[in-house]
Amino acid sequence: MNWKRASIAAATAAPVIGLLAWGLTRDPNSIPSPLPGREAPTFALQVFAPGQGDLMRPAGDTVRLTDLRGKVVVLNFWASWCLACRDEHSALSEVAQTYAGQPVQFLGVLYNDVPDKGTAWIAEMGGQSYPSVDDPGARVAIDYGLYGVPETFFLDANGRVAYKHTGPVTPGVVRFKVDSLMAAAQQGVPAPGADTAVTTKVGKAQ
Amino acid sequence: MTNARTLARSLIGVAAVLTLATGVAPAQAPELPAAPQGAPQDSGALRVKVQGTLTDTQKNDPALDAATSAVAAQLRCPVCQGVAIQDSPSELAQQMRMVVKEQLASGKSADEVKAYFVSKYGEWILLEPQAHGFNIVIYALPVLLVVGGAVLLVFIVRKWTTAAPATAGGASRTDGDE
Repeated sequence: MNWKRASIAAATAAPVIGLLAWGLTRDPNSIPSPLPGREAPTFALQVFAPGQGDLMRPAGDTVRLTDLRGKVVVLNFWASWCLACRDEHSALSEVAQTYAGQPVQFLGVLYNDVPDKGTAWIAEMGGQSYPSVDDPGARVAIDYGLYGVPETFFLDANGRVAYKHTGPVTPGVVRFKVDSLMAAAQQGVPAPGADTAVTTKVGKAQ
Repeated sequence: MTNARTLARSLIGVAAVLTLATGVAPAQAPELPAAPQGAPQDSGALRVKVQGTLTDTQKNDPALDAATSAVAAQLRCPVCQGVAIQDSPSELAQQMRMVVKEQLASGKSADEVKAYFVSKYGEWILLEPQAHGFNIVIYALPVLLVVGGAVLLVFIVRKWTTAAPATAGGASRTDGDE
């Protein structure tokens, strides 16, 4: 009789404990994106921060994604109020410079911010090698399913979203993804990736 | 900080289980601190000009506003915690409401607008999960628990009522009840 009661209690408790245990293994900050593997949403946005040297695009220029076909595109959404963006800024800026002259386009997209503040932030951070565009009304951000900054999208040479990175990127991640997408484009094979990742959000705004 | 987060997770896990057990769909259960790696710290200073495609008539159309509210009430605010974009004052929620309004004004149906957001954010963006696949568990479990509880109750009451006459004859404890 006691065994029967004990087994009923265990059978009742097991799913509850299982559900709790499963809940604790999940990252509540992680929202899976349906975009990787699909055609990247197109955009036409104006440059407000021109970048430097070979990567420069004059302020006021319109950058259209359709014009970047054949290039690997690194799309980094950022804002001057975003603390975590400070963590990745120098890494992105330095890595971008190493790809000058290659079929790679680094592009910053200002998210829910005003260009003047963005420009001041770039100056405070010691410059940005690649151009940044403004996204009024966050239309493009919503099109990319953005829910915070920084988020970085890696698009392959065919205009497909290959990889989405949530949180600050590291130079290693950027190089690995860009190199593999460039290699895939040169060999004419489908790009690897089509995945997502989230980094530990050190320096995240509270 | 880490301990506090772990405690919060545990409490919310318990709350989720209790919610399930009481038969309430957990679609709007509060979540853990959501995701944004950053959020505007001074949204008042960050008034962003919203590009719009709406005509003046559409901007002040009560029917369009009502339709927008109806759709916006079903979409989750990405930078909030279990709140619809209709109810959130956040910058992104306002911008998403504007996108909803523009798409409805352009002739899209409510389902098409919701499908657009699902294609960008995944099904997570819907406050009420669609009843297909694994989601069916959310809708079926409360019903199963209530039905199962009722069956169990009937079974136990029957056992009591059939066992009572057998014990009533010789047991002295029934004396006090009568």
